Amino acid sequence: MSAESGSIRNRFEEALADLDVALTRTTPAAFESTLQEVVTEPVVGTPLPFEDVSLPEWVDDEPTPATLEAAMTSVTAASFGIADYGSVVLPSTSEGSEPVSLFPELHVPVLHERDLVADMPTAIERLGPELRDGGSAIVATGPSATADMGALVEGAHGPNAVHVVLLETGGDDE
Amino acid sequence: MNTSGGTRERKSDHIRYLLETEGDAIEANTLGFNEGRYESVADLEDYEALKSEARAIKEDAIERLPELIDELTETVEANGGTVYLADDAADANRYIREIADENDAERLVKSKSMTSEELEVNEALEADGVDVVETDLGEWVLQVADEAPSHLVAPAIHKSEDEIARLFNEQFEPDEPLETAEELTTFARDRLGELIVDADIGMTGANVITADSGSLMLVTSEGNARKTAVVPDTHVAVAGVEKIVPSVEDLAPFIELIGRSGTGQDITSYVSLLTPPVDSPVVDFDESDVALADRDDDREFHLVLIDNGRMAMREDDHLRETLYCIRCSACANTCGNFQSVGGHAFGGETYTGGIATGWEAGVHGQESAAAFNDLCTGCSRCVEACPVEIDIPWINTVVRDRINREGDDGRFEFVYDELVPDEEDTGSIDPQKRLFGNYETLAKLGSATAPVSNWLADLGPVRSVLERTVGIDRRRSLPAFERETLVDWFESRGPRVSAADAEREAVLYPDTYTNYIDVDRGKAAVRVLEAMDVHVRVPAVGESGRAPLSQGMIATADTKASRVYAGLAEHLDAGRDVVVIEPSDLAMFHSEYEKFLPETSFERLRDGSYEILEYVYGCLENGANGARLRTGDGGPDVAYHSHCQQRTLGVDRYTRAVFETLDYDVVESDVECCGMAGSFGYKQEYYELSMDVGDRLAEQFTAPEAQNRLVVASGTSCEDQLEDVLDRDAAHPVEVLDPRSRLH
Repeated sequence: MSAESGSIRNRFEEALADLDVALTRTTPAAFESTLQEVVTEPVVGTPLPFEDVSLPEWVDDEPTPATLEAAMTSVTAASFGIADYGSVVLPSTSEGSEPVSLFPELHVPVLHERDLVADMPTAIERLGPELRDGGSAIVATGPSATADMGALVEGAHGPNAVHVVLLETGGDDE
Repeated sequence: MNTSGGTRERKSDHIRYLLETEGDAIEANTLGFNEGRYESVADLEDYEALKSEARAIKEDAIERLPELIDELTETVEANGGTVYLADDAADANRYIREIADENDAERLVKSKSMTSEELEVNEALEADGVDVVETDLGEWVLQVADEAPSHLVAPAIHKSEDEIARLFNEQFEPDEPLETAEELTTFARDRLGELIVDADIGMTGANVITADSGSLMLVTSEGNARKTAVVPDTHVAVAGVEKIVPSVEDLAPFIELIGRSGTGQDITSYVSLLTPPVDSPVVDFDESDVALADRDDDREFHLVLIDNGRMAMREDDHLRETLYCIRCSACANTCGNFQSVGGHAFGGETYTGGIATGWEAGVHGQESAAAFNDLCTGCSRCVEACPVEIDIPWINTVVRDRINREGDDGRFEFVYDELVPDEEDTGSIDPQKRLFGNYETLAKLGSATAPVSNWLADLGPVRSVLERTVGIDRRRSLPAFERETLVDWFESRGPRVSAADAEREAVLYPDTYTNYIDVDRGKAAVRVLEAMDVHVRVPAVGESGRAPLSQGMIATADTKASRVYAGLAEHLDAGRDVVVIEPSDLAMFHSEYEKFLPETSFERLRDGSYEILEYVYGCLENGANGARLRTGDGGPDVAYHSHCQQRTLGVDRYTRAVFETLDYDVVESDVECCGMAGSFGYKQEYYELSMDVGDRLAEQFTAPEAQNRLVVASGTSCEDQLEDVLDRDAAHPVEVLDPRSRLH
């Protein structure tokens, strides 16, 4: 099991490397200091639905349209990641994590290693019940981009950079 | 419909204008997408299985469409949205205008949607005073420029960075003139960002809709569709009814295929899976200090499902496949003609590229398809590129046939009755199409009267008449007919390997071109086969039906298919292999005959027929002595172009393998099609386009590593085209291998 999830993690890391998307792997204990290195102020976010980590106090976790527009970085949770594609799945929540992840220039999705799935069919199977329950999600892969102005440009209507923070799960002794 | 000389000239002027103004940008972008597709699908573990899965989902969904529409309607209503099933564009627009009116909407922002282009909803809303803003950057460029999309996925593909900069600098007069794509993107993002946050309604399309959850799948990269759907409190989605699939689980193959097939991306930045009304709070800058989390929004969602001809397409055995289309643009990007001229020529009122013929005929009517349908040459390169396995050339052929059967009275019966003994309803079909469709008759006559027919054909006044009446461009050299046909030659010569001594028995199919014009390549084929200890026969079997089929003359092609099968059946029963030189005829046997012959007959001919180099490969693999052929030791270095249909059949690899086995030094082209495509390049209105497509091939064969090699091509058309664009002789591979070959 650990070997298999290890290989899924490697695939996720490789896919992100191919996309030139930064990834930092960290522990729940080191989360705040990791985040500090990754973000540019001002930072907004939405509460993380994880037991072992929460947003540091210096992140505005109740953004308004005004603070969202002024923010340089957003930090939101991803429900899970898709190893083959380097994608993160961003859920629509009543706190607004979907639009919050979209406006600032840098988006930092946070997810647990245990929430990586191997491939697209598995990801969609996992989403099936959620969507049938009225939920919505974005499969996001790298920054927003456009080629419509005559050359490829990263950073169109959405972030121009993504930095994934991957939380180590449990520890090897589990 | 008849195409008069005047119409031809207007058409050729329009194409020339587009080649000059938009051709370079279109070419660079489509070639990039197409190359990206090859690279991206190569990463998939089982691309073919994934395509078949996607195809099966669409087949099932269209079969069950009425039931899925009902299920989706219930689901969306249970979710808190509304569904409106619009009969046509006017009906949809009326409903959307009512929504705008009820919401006192001053501005509606849109993400990219071809269906909304089909409706012309922008114009309808603008007439009511609604400010409609396209937020996809490409669509916005076109809105500013007041132009139509030239591509399904990248609508402003025909515009270069410089042109967009010039447009923006003129329109908006920024303090600092904009130059780079980065600057243009930032400018557009800022400007559109302000317009989005102020909008009353967001309108999106949908790539797929799931009936079980009421979710929309939106495939985008810019993030504008996310903002459009979520920032305003009212979301209107417009989608053709064909976009519905049964369940969420059906989405996976489409997510994996759509970006790869279209722009060559493994996946686009954002695949939104929205189940509206969504849980996300409205981003309301009128209340810019209210925390998003504290809002309690009452979102409104309207799904406008569009019929507009689709339910009738579903009942049409030939147009139905069009409804499987996911509008990825692969058929456009892989198409030689599209790569040169783009969607402003290769497109109708709304849709562009090969599949547009099906869409336009279905939603706007045959007239709209007639304007560009001829640009599909049937090269079939789009068939393997299509992620839902649509036989796009067949749709183009059927629509061409239907167009042939309507329209004006013919004017050339006086010569045509003898020359064009086809099975078509006379009096309506374009004389140019009938001439090319009945090429076998012309070739017979030309051969019987050669060389006089050739002298005549070369005369200036004759070429002038040919150009004026049937639009054969006088800049093309016409093929010269041989007095002695291949069949006659072989009959008097006889086989040199007796059936008793032979390893195998083969029937060499005398295609029209080989039999009447390039008899030499037929003779070379006979000698090559005999060198492999094959007992050869060359029976007088007629034309395969390819020529009439390419002109949309399906009934004639059908009759020819039956005659060819009758002529070959006994040989097949006797266990003789059918060997075919011309790939477009082999493609008839292996693909189109499925539509013309009983299943058993089709399968028997398909399984018993081989491309000539495929057959040589098989002989060599089974112990034939390659040293009895001309080998690379002493033979020429080769610049090889495989035929488009040969590649789609997957048999081009045998030519490559034989050259390699026999130690030839080969450089191969990677262009999709030579641009000649049978009769296409002879037509006055398409001559320049054909030459432009051919130039891509010429460029590869005039590169330093290829310029001194013998030019070799598997197709008749490819040989003719290469000779025209390169001014060098071209030969068929079998002429290179011929033990008597002197080619260098």
